[in-house]
Amino acid sequence: MKKILTLLLLVLLTSLSVAKEAAPMAEDEAVEKRMVAISDEMRCLVCQNESLSGSHAELAQDLRREIRTMIKAGKTDQEIKDFMVNRYGDFVLYRPPMKATTYLLWFGPFLLLIMAIGALFNYLRRRGKGLVDAALTPEEQKRAEALLKEAGR
Amino acid sequence: MKRYLIPLILFLVLVGFLARGLVLDPHEVPSPLVGKPAPAFELAQLAQPQLKFSPAEMRGKVWLLNVWASWCVSCREEHPVLLGLSKSGAVPLYGLNYKDQRQDGMRWLAQFGDPYALSAFDGDGRVGIDYGVYGVPETYVIDKAGVIRYKQIGPVTAEVLEKKILPKVRELEAL
Repeated sequence: MKKILTLLLLVLLTSLSVAKEAAPMAEDEAVEKRMVAISDEMRCLVCQNESLSGSHAELAQDLRREIRTMIKAGKTDQEIKDFMVNRYGDFVLYRPPMKATTYLLWFGPFLLLIMAIGALFNYLRRRGKGLVDAALTPEEQKRAEALLKEAGR
Repeated sequence: MKRYLIPLILFLVLVGFLARGLVLDPHEVPSPLVGKPAPAFELAQLAQPQLKFSPAEMRGKVWLLNVWASWCVSCREEHPVLLGLSKSGAVPLYGLNYKDQRQDGMRWLAQFGDPYALSAFDGDGRVGIDYGVYGVPETYVIDKAGVIRYKQIGPVTAEVLEKKILPKVRELEAL
């Protein structure tokens, strides 16, 4: 009986602790959804390979709280983004903005692609020329015919 | 010959990029706040909560704002350097006690020594967010007009102090 009681108590306790952890999520679903959507697009500066929404770093928690407060204050997504960029720079954004310093980042891959295509055409053209130019000398012609005859037998 | 030269050059370029990448610290993100006015705040002081501190009081002076916390391990590393700086009197040094408990912060200063003219107490880290703090310790050089001129991310070493911070301070003071 005692065992069953302790077991029951344990089950009750775990369910209680689970309920407590889930509480802040349910606080305000719309706010939470927008907060997650915004912070998913941002880098956590403490653990740089995590998004702001997924990070357990204390700063990330504070910033999520800050974003929640701003959402409740009726700020637009752009205003919240500006707030973050003003403090931490473009580096917080996973999608870098298009501007003079990021042109290479945005267009570099296309530039490389164009260069690669150019190199490919150049190579094909040269190879094509090489094939036409390679006419056989009379001796080679004779040897080729001899070989063909041999193969035909 | 040319056929072997091109892959070799490409390889060397790649090695160059990788070598540079090894030296760069991805945690040093250039702060957009450099060149902008230091965000205004008014916080209670750490030692005397009844008194306030605001950066506006520092107008007309070149000064340092050092963000620290008792839980911050690297802060201990830079602490002797800051104590030395404070003793030399080269530049006023103010502290921002970031996301700390008041008693912990005071105990920490009592234990290791207090290099600060005073420390402002930012218990919830709200001011830290305005200053773009993401890795304590951080140190800001602020000029006479209240504009941030330099930000040191991570501990202030003797080398950083001599080569970066103090020359910057002297340059700004001459203005």
